[in-house]
Amino acid sequence: MFIINCPYCGEREQSEFKAGGEAHIVRPKQPTELSDDEWAEYLFMRKNIKGIQFERWNHSHGCRKWFNMVRDTSNDEIKAVYKMGEKPPIE
Amino acid sequence: MTKNLRVKTGKAIDETYRISFKFNRSTYYGFKGDTLASALLANNIHLVGRSFKYHRPRGIMTAGSEEPNAIVQLHNDSSRTEPNVRATEIEIYEGLEASSQNCWPSVNFDIGGINNLLSPLLPAGFYYKTFMWPASFWEKYEYFIRRSAGLGKSPTKPDPDIYEHKYIHCDVLIIGAGISGIMAAKVAAKNGLRTILLEEKPNLGGSTIYQDSDHFKINNQNSGSWLEKEINEIKKLKNLEIKTRTSVAAYHGYNFLLARESLTDHLPINQRKDKTRHKLLKIRAKKVITATGSIERPMIFDNNDRPGILLSSAIKRYSDYFGVACGEKNILFTNNDSAYETAISLIQKGINIEAIIDNREEVNSKLIYEVEKNNIKIFKGYTVTDTSGYKRINKISIMPLSKDGQKVVGSKTVLSCDCLGVSGGWTPAVHLFTQSGGKLKFREDDQVFIPNIYPSDQLSIGACNGDFTLDEILINTPKSLIDYLNIENTEYDNLEISSSTNKSKRNIWLLPSDKILGKTKSFVDYQNDATAKDIKLALREGFRSIEHVKRYTTTGMGTDQGKLGNMHALGIISEIAGAKMGELGTTTFRPPYTPLTFGTIVGRNIGEYFDIFRKTPIHDWHAEHKAEFENVGQWKRAWYYPKENESMHEAVQRESKAARESAGILDASTLGKIDIQGTDASEFLNRVYTNAWSKLAVGKCRYGLMLNDDGMVYDDGVTTRLGENHYIMTTTTGGAANVMGKLEDYLQTEWPELDVYLTSVTDHFATVSVCGPNSKKIVSEVIPDLDFSDESFTHMSFKNAKIGKINCRVMRISFTGEHSYEINVQANYGKSVWEKCMEAGTDFNITPYGTETMHLLRAEKGFIIVGQDTDATMTPIDLQMDWIVSKKKYDFIGKRSLYRSDTIRKDRKQLVGLLTDNPNEVLEEGAQIVADINKSPIEMLGHVTSSYYSPNLKKSIALGVVRGGKNMMGQKLIIPMEKKNINVTVADPVFLDKENKRLNA
Repeated sequence: MFIINCPYCGEREQSEFKAGGEAHIVRPKQPTELSDDEWAEYLFMRKNIKGIQFERWNHSHGCRKWFNMVRDTSNDEIKAVYKMGEKPPIE
Repeated sequence: MTKNLRVKTGKAIDETYRISFKFNRSTYYGFKGDTLASALLANNIHLVGRSFKYHRPRGIMTAGSEEPNAIVQLHNDSSRTEPNVRATEIEIYEGLEASSQNCWPSVNFDIGGINNLLSPLLPAGFYYKTFMWPASFWEKYEYFIRRSAGLGKSPTKPDPDIYEHKYIHCDVLIIGAGISGIMAAKVAAKNGLRTILLEEKPNLGGSTIYQDSDHFKINNQNSGSWLEKEINEIKKLKNLEIKTRTSVAAYHGYNFLLARESLTDHLPINQRKDKTRHKLLKIRAKKVITATGSIERPMIFDNNDRPGILLSSAIKRYSDYFGVACGEKNILFTNNDSAYETAISLIQKGINIEAIIDNREEVNSKLIYEVEKNNIKIFKGYTVTDTSGYKRINKISIMPLSKDGQKVVGSKTVLSCDCLGVSGGWTPAVHLFTQSGGKLKFREDDQVFIPNIYPSDQLSIGACNGDFTLDEILINTPKSLIDYLNIENTEYDNLEISSSTNKSKRNIWLLPSDKILGKTKSFVDYQNDATAKDIKLALREGFRSIEHVKRYTTTGMGTDQGKLGNMHALGIISEIAGAKMGELGTTTFRPPYTPLTFGTIVGRNIGEYFDIFRKTPIHDWHAEHKAEFENVGQWKRAWYYPKENESMHEAVQRESKAARESAGILDASTLGKIDIQGTDASEFLNRVYTNAWSKLAVGKCRYGLMLNDDGMVYDDGVTTRLGENHYIMTTTTGGAANVMGKLEDYLQTEWPELDVYLTSVTDHFATVSVCGPNSKKIVSEVIPDLDFSDESFTHMSFKNAKIGKINCRVMRISFTGEHSYEINVQANYGKSVWEKCMEAGTDFNITPYGTETMHLLRAEKGFIIVGQDTDATMTPIDLQMDWIVSKKKYDFIGKRSLYRSDTIRKDRKQLVGLLTDNPNEVLEEGAQIVADINKSPIEMLGHVTSSYYSPNLKKSIALGVVRGGKNMMGQKLIIPMEKKNINVTVADPVFLDKENKRLNA
């Protein structure tokens, strides 16, 4: 069980959080102008990396805020957490 | 028959406190401090059980949690009986009753023992190979295989004991209170760190505490006495919490650990009442110091499993700690110096040693000289090749080893004995370290895996880190602690140490024999009866990965998880496969380290506390009026209200008729309610619902359908515009939390520019829904000040009102198709408003109805229930609800997906009505729908989603999803059931009042 440093609340148990999949996938502003393939790319395609992965997390049993996390999926080390809209602190 | 083998007061034994206990129905005596194993050994009982596969007689092998053989069934009553309890761990108490497992009719005469004679026919993979053909026979085989599998018996009644969970936090957690753990605890606590020390045994001190020999001295005191003083000191430290009988079960990432604290298992039965039996500690530690010690290795030779064969260190523990001799004619067999420590202890206590067999040819060791001085014969460069004695060892055969250790040479000598102590060196207990994600490295010198890369803030010290001798521990532990705790020094930096152990070892994983391997039974895993021969067979059959060999031979898969023999399995594989041990790796160590009972795992979360449930403010009224309840999400909802002797069907028929003919009343408080405010609230609703919201006037209500971005229906409900920038949204009962989460997600991550605020207000309001032709008369009486005329209060509109001083929101909306009103009040007034409506409705036979009637009434109208008539594969178009999908809006969640190539397919499953040819035949929900039953295989077109007998239409009605159903109106289809085929006709899903006349009736 991770300890997650919520950018709004500080360190909390993982059980207070919900994972929300890959981060930095922006919903297209004009979906109707996309081809089926382009829309499917947004809708379905997600990476599953062994190593550094950028993820969305929600402090669902706390402040309810969504934020981003950089996690090494090979050893579960959390490299960074940062607010929505912010640039990732790690490349 | 029974002898007393109690030799001299043991360190842990209180000889003034005698305890009687029963083993296999005979009564024996032991002393306070004894384990079941030490008490049995004191009574000269070695045979305690039968092995799993061959039913070979087995005895006590160890003195700790690594025990593979001496596992017993505890207690005899059907609620507390417990299988697979290690006799080496359970402390005896007055009234203890234990019996042998896996034997019938008794451990002395076991019919299953025939398997031992059949063993040439039962190689590794026997079951896989034998019972594969013919495949259809598996069900018959399985019955017999399952009956003969398993070790003990489960209780058949609920566990009556109390279990608890507790969260604890600390700066430093130390696992294991042997000499290194005690040193660490003292250093950590004295440096101001909040420290917890856990020990699985009842007493502190590990194996050093009973070390009383001039060969091991610290500051000129015998090591045991020195440690005892340290223990007395740490017991006074304020920063240190010590928990004994506490076994760490799991070590997870981020230093989260689970430990079981055993509180009553050692008490006499009559002192256990109302006390917590086990506590599961959930520990979060900033730092973890693992000091779990090491486990002595057995040796792998023919017939190495007989009762009377023990680990040499266990013999020492039984004699020093419990004052018990394991035999009267002892022989020790070793490849290192440890057995000589045992020998010296036995000599001190006057216990006879016949001989020592040492794999090594020449060793220069003070311990050996000491033993030789006592005229004990040492066979150097010899190995044991075989043993005999069916229920107790009585002879061993020994032969000299060749120079390379691969063969035996020369002549055979036979020695008689009644106990054989084996010592194959030591294996660091790295289980918890690897559970936490730690990586091991292999140390070639003495062939052990030791911690290498730490995955979290932790440290391994002492024997679990590969420091086996006293001087290594005392020199390395303080150094490690200084580094790890970032401190200047420790009080142990300048200890005077004398230790006589010579570290040399002659490691031979599989000892040679004068017989070919195929004729030997050299056990690697005692509990699962896996032999060296089985491992070789697996390799010959092509298995290479250690994980595959493990599963094929079942090595290491017993309740002991192969704590003794796993290293030998690896060693044998590496020798045969020609791979290096370090490259081969180990099998995965998984939690729990020792088994936990289910009671410990679930704690207090049993019975009504198993899961939380939610009650509406009107719940008590429903209960008083004998409602049956159904679970909807976490809610308890009134399902139906049976009158005397009424069946569910009769009650629902009565309730449904009343609602349409006069008046019905429903508790709708469980519907999710989300308060939406902000200048962009209308725009927000435009984006999350399929239909348009900008033009909804204040005071009006609208039904909305919410999709996922994949175009599939996610939720639905009525939203009311309370003010210019203020809406209240209702959601389905089960979907409320998810909808809230989804809306927040979009708001925070995709559209942060919108000025919108969401608040969940589900619990803040109670909702009373009154429907039927007389509903207006009833609510007019409850709220006399409000104008209920159809001109002023139209369908799909809302008004604020007061009932006395109570504020309420009244919506004229309908889920039944009847003229109806929903009154929303602050939750704590819910029951009183409900009662007022009941009173006002007396003259109109107002009838409370539950969820079942609600479902029936809405089905008559063809209204969907999200999650019943839909799953995550239905678009609004599939539901024939095209009318609610805005063509004008540029975008909403899911819009683009509604014209993907897959969603525009004509043959998607679509919602239709179904009418049975026989109007009295009610379909089963979930039943398959087909067109042609003669085709093979039969093509499944869809399934029935909702089905009822409608008392208002006097016929059976159903909704279902059918492939291409939209264009099948009037077509005949078949519902094939087990005993008959039911003929149905595809129909419009709206069965009643297509013109919506009743809404204004």
